[in-house]
Amino acid sequence: MSLMTPEIRPSAIAGVNPVAKLAVALVISCALMLSIDWVSAAVALALEAVLLAWCGLSARQFWLRTAPVWIAVPFAVLTTVLYGQDSGAVLFSAGFVSVTEGSVALALAIGLRILAIGIPGIVLLATTDPTDLGDGLAQVLRLPARFVLGALAGLRLVGMFIDDWQSLALARRARGVGDGGGLRGRARRFGGLAFALLVLSVRRGSKLATAMEARGFGSDEPRTWARESVFGVRDTLVVLIGAAIAAAAISAAVLAGTWRFVLA
Amino acid sequence: MTGARVTASGWGWRHAGRSRPAVSGLDLDIRPGERVLMLGPSGAGKSTLMHALAGVLGDDEDGDETGELLIDGRRPSASRGRVGLVLQDPDSQVVLARVGDDVAFGCENRAVPRAEIWPRVGRALADVGLDLPLRHPTSALSGGQKQRLALAGVLAMRPGLVLLDEPTANLDPDGVVEVRDAALRSVEASGATLIVIEHRVAVWQHVVDRIVVLDPAGGILADGPTDSVLSAEAERLAAAGVWIPRFPPATPDRRPRSDGPSAEVLLSADDLAVGRVPFARKQAVVVAHGLDLALRAGTATALTGPNGTGKSTLALTLAGLLAPAGGRLTATDALAAGLGPAPHRWRSRDLLARIGTVFQDPEHQFLAGTVRAELTIGPRALGLGGAEQTERVDALLHRLRLDHLADANPFTLSGGEKRRLSVATVLATRPRLLVLDEPTFGQDSRTWAELVRLLAELLDTGTAVLTVTHDEQFVAALADARLTLVPGTGPASGAP
Repeated sequence: MSLMTPEIRPSAIAGVNPVAKLAVALVISCALMLSIDWVSAAVALALEAVLLAWCGLSARQFWLRTAPVWIAVPFAVLTTVLYGQDSGAVLFSAGFVSVTEGSVALALAIGLRILAIGIPGIVLLATTDPTDLGDGLAQVLRLPARFVLGALAGLRLVGMFIDDWQSLALARRARGVGDGGGLRGRARRFGGLAFALLVLSVRRGSKLATAMEARGFGSDEPRTWARESVFGVRDTLVVLIGAAIAAAAISAAVLAGTWRFVLA
Repeated sequence: MTGARVTASGWGWRHAGRSRPAVSGLDLDIRPGERVLMLGPSGAGKSTLMHALAGVLGDDEDGDETGELLIDGRRPSASRGRVGLVLQDPDSQVVLARVGDDVAFGCENRAVPRAEIWPRVGRALADVGLDLPLRHPTSALSGGQKQRLALAGVLAMRPGLVLLDEPTANLDPDGVVEVRDAALRSVEASGATLIVIEHRVAVWQHVVDRIVVLDPAGGILADGPTDSVLSAEAERLAAAGVWIPRFPPATPDRRPRSDGPSAEVLLSADDLAVGRVPFARKQAVVVAHGLDLALRAGTATALTGPNGTGKSTLALTLAGLLAPAGGRLTATDALAAGLGPAPHRWRSRDLLARIGTVFQDPEHQFLAGTVRAELTIGPRALGLGGAEQTERVDALLHRLRLDHLADANPFTLSGGEKRRLSVATVLATRPRLLVLDEPTFGQDSRTWAELVRLLAELLDTGTAVLTVTHDEQFVAALADARLTLVPGTGPASGAP
């Protein structure tokens, strides 16, 4: 398992074109950004939860991957409850802190929103191979090959950062400048290491660029793609489902009278 | 498909910002299907020529071209795809995350139709003997496998000219043979022309038709059938740093130490286990265990064994850079000089005069903007006076022939110069124990001989030396003791 070659279990979602997944995540996020209310977020989250059954992630993988969202939510909720814009009846008050019906509702809306935007985004990405995403971006969306493959090759180098960082730190210890100097020394060493890593990466990147060029990359002639990225009926269907979720969320909120257009 | 013809007439190239041309006055005619070994002292412009042939040297902004260099009568930049280049560094040639996709990359760029790409990929992988699933992650490959992958990526493009620029310099002996044989098999099958740069003549001598020796002063020093060039030029080439089997570099006479096994122990390991702690984990992953050894003053110990058996990890542990994963590692008073017995607990600065480490990749060790500043870091960290600092640095600059580079940036040095500098930085603090990881990888015979001579001198003054190495010549020249790590089982020790 690694950043560039995740092991993805075959599932209904894993087989969908990454571009369709990206579109779904974008449509739902945009729709939910338009308003801050609990109904639209709750409806979107409920509908997404039904679809999670098809994503092919094990329970363990699911909780691990979405952990950042679950950690972020309580903080966002708590701060909004305590410090959010007050309205309606005051439930509790002490100094700066005041809890009102309005701030509780706002907190609920924000908490649900983070989940409804974050979870599908993470799950869709967790079921996507970066190489397939690159193929989709280049072949379906027709983004320039230079950009897509450059990003893909560059991303691979990121995986080497951790090893490089450790080697550089050991080398500094061997050179007699690996410790001491208190907090300031530590900060200076961190800066030095980061700079050394940057130098190393730039050098490796330029070697990689030469190797890519030596294999005919970067000419203005058209290139072919070994892996075909097809945007088929199923992918269209997935995008439509995403749009339907967004529409259902907005309609429910409007009907319930909770819709608050943030740009208005 | 046939091999490509290479012709150069009065060709030269000067890199932008340099006063001297890297190559000049080159006249050359290489017939289709010929196999050529390209030799020359470092700085003769071999790599520049290879990059030019591959069409990746750049344009007017990157340098000035003179004369003419043609492949099948066309300029190299118009012949990309007809030419395939494999470079020295295995890590920086992998483009994509999976084996099959990486091999297909070149074909895609040449606009080969999809239906034709995958059969070509399969064929190329079979040719280089890389029997792996197409979806195998490229990050899980060894150095030798990565080089064969790079070769497969080039072969899948069906080039008429295959260029190998020191393709085996960073590989262990098994990897060297793997890559060479893969290259030969494939050019034999396709009839492609082959040009190889390699310091170690023995690897290629019996499989190439012709040797071309570049002259650093411009043009060609020697050119002809392998045997006649080797017999006429062997001595001159050997003197210029090329590895010629009949002219091995001189090695110092090491008189067996009279106090041999009774010499003072500096560092001893008792049932030692070594491993690294992975990112964000607490527990080390043990790569070798049950290790017993003693490093003695004035004694050279060679640490050998196949890749992946934990040699480097053991060396870093003995050097006090990694904590032992188990067992005991004890520095005696002779080494610790007043500190505790566990080297990994010493402060970084305290290591300097006790244990010096030379890393496999010299670039990992460089911290300063000039060679002189680089050498001063250690003595300054030791708290030596200004006069003493200057004296030590000047002596080392002179001793390792780096005087003329004192103001150069370490990163701009050649491979051999970088290696000499990385050794010099360690010697500047005069450690009692020296730990070196593959110091002779990819070095020409001159740098090799210098290194051996220098280490022999240090040994005579009582410094202990531990070297991780695949280099049997190096072991024969220096080692008093040898520890061979074997995969899976305990280590085997013995005489060198």
